[in-house]
Amino acid sequence: METYVGNKKKMRIKNFFIYILLIGVSIIILLPVWWMISTSLKSPGEIAQYPPTFFPESFQFSNYIEAWQTAPFTRWTLNTLFIAGIVTIGSVLANSFIAYGFAVIRFKGKKILFGLVMATMLIPGFVTLVPQYIIFSKIGWVNTYLPLIVPAFLGSAFFIFLLRQFIRTIPRAMIDAAKIDGANHFQIWWKIILPLIKPALITVAILAFNGSWNDLLGPLLYLTDENLYTLQIGLQTFKGQVSTQWNYLMAMSTTVLLPMILLFFFFQKHFIEGNNLSGGQKF
Amino acid sequence: MESLQREDRVEQRPLPLKKIETTKNKKPNNKKRKPSKLAVRENIWGYIFIAPWIIGLLGLTLGPLLFSLVTSFTDYNITSQMNFIGFDNYIKMFTADPLFWTSLYNTVYFVIFSVPLTTVGGILVALLLNQKIRGIKYFRTIIYLPAILSGVAIYFLWMQLLSPSTGLVNTVLAWFGIDGPAWLFDPEWTKPALIMMKLWGLGGGMLLYLAIMQNVPKEMYEAAELDGAGGFRKFIHITLPMITPIIFFDLVTSTIGAFQIFQEAYVMTENGDGGPSSSLLFYNLHMWNNAFEIFDMGYASAMAWILFLIVMVFTFIHFKVSKRWVYYESGDE
Repeated sequence: METYVGNKKKMRIKNFFIYILLIGVSIIILLPVWWMISTSLKSPGEIAQYPPTFFPESFQFSNYIEAWQTAPFTRWTLNTLFIAGIVTIGSVLANSFIAYGFAVIRFKGKKILFGLVMATMLIPGFVTLVPQYIIFSKIGWVNTYLPLIVPAFLGSAFFIFLLRQFIRTIPRAMIDAAKIDGANHFQIWWKIILPLIKPALITVAILAFNGSWNDLLGPLLYLTDENLYTLQIGLQTFKGQVSTQWNYLMAMSTTVLLPMILLFFFFQKHFIEGNNLSGGQKF
Repeated sequence: MESLQREDRVEQRPLPLKKIETTKNKKPNNKKRKPSKLAVRENIWGYIFIAPWIIGLLGLTLGPLLFSLVTSFTDYNITSQMNFIGFDNYIKMFTADPLFWTSLYNTVYFVIFSVPLTTVGGILVALLLNQKIRGIKYFRTIIYLPAILSGVAIYFLWMQLLSPSTGLVNTVLAWFGIDGPAWLFDPEWTKPALIMMKLWGLGGGMLLYLAIMQNVPKEMYEAAELDGAGGFRKFIHITLPMITPIIFFDLVTSTIGAFQIFQEAYVMTENGDGGPSSSLLFYNLHMWNNAFEIFDMGYASAMAWILFLIVMVFTFIHFKVSKRWVYYESGDE
């Protein structure tokens, strides 16, 4: 890609084609998003119109208010925030705790157990879905948030792996020094490691929040009381109510996606970090 | 502190992980004096720290796995007693449930097309985004965006986009004089429609490829240029071998993921009925319907175990075959 002076013209032509391709791909990515927003602002009549319009003739912002009032969206949003919030806290605490054990402490069987952590990533989650449901229903957890929240406090293989990689970059001397000063592992984890791996913790927090926000399967399986619904399952119910009123459906879809889009733009670095670290493991 | 620096180097810092590990292991690790009190105490601390994971492993993974194996030999329906019925569930699956074969066919179809397409797509887009030209950062952001957007809202969006008469997809096709299919209403086109949706969201895989491409030493390309290699040959002989570990990782994880396709089909077909001619009745949807619509937990458990075995076979093949084509710079792990 380095230019030679004589090749400048050739480079310019090459760059021109690259830009064309990049713009083409970007349009493919962004057009659906625009379509969602534009549909959410159209009147039902305009949506049925053929050929469809790319830009709403008049902006029906009332679609958003009407749709929001059709179903208990306020309640569902609060429920989702509550669950996602606790899942986020649980993920950060539990996974950093477990990762500390695997990264810092020398104990018997560590290698095998860590291999097992990695191996669990190869088990399709759906395989344990039915038995998990049976177990949770037998202990009376159906229609509570416990099946959605408690697992977050027991760690997940991917996050453990990610945080372990980070903790291992911290100089051992720092940990040894703290030990000499009389700190135990619990104190070292809380007072020294956690502040040092803050960027990685933010990554875990964001991915956990994003995952919980987008989760349909858990709520679909365990929540039957509409008052307990989250936005994802609420949205699914909402479709049952408004059927093919696409202006309302797209308005609420946009609303549900918006927080994630904002989160992405503010914490882009962390999304990317988490994404890339997942590939850091070579099998 | 090191971690902070790493953070700033996000773009160029894809996979130094292995190097870090190897240098770390060289530490004077062999100060095993005696099985001292200290070592015993360290052991206890170790188990305390990983205890949450152990509880999760036993309670959420291994326990349920065993439990479902037992259940798969019963006629359990959550309220009944467990009556052992031998291999009846498995026999029914293979001989008396045509929908099992439909769902397996649909799922394998989806895996076979979506996995290679998203892999190749991810590599191509990453190549494009690996160009050093002005404004590339913004293109990266845009193209990664769909990777974080998922869930019901996105499925609704695609139902609208794929609407036969007024949807965006067929509108654009009409510009080129193509009469678009009925997508989600035509059993021939339902699965291609879902694969198209998956391709739209390939940003995650793309980013992995981009990261490792940026890690390929420049000197390699410079040497190849001196030898007169053009862009295509540089890709075939340098880039491609260097990214094989990530291709492998991507193939393994996305195959496992693709076998579990469920939510898309559940949301995009009426109450999860599998769409026209059951063309979107995927394995997990069929399992779900058995477990939570008619509460045949025994049968659903048997299906879960067959899925587990199928996925394990695929993973095993991936690992076996990988020895022939995956190139690790620093030898085997």
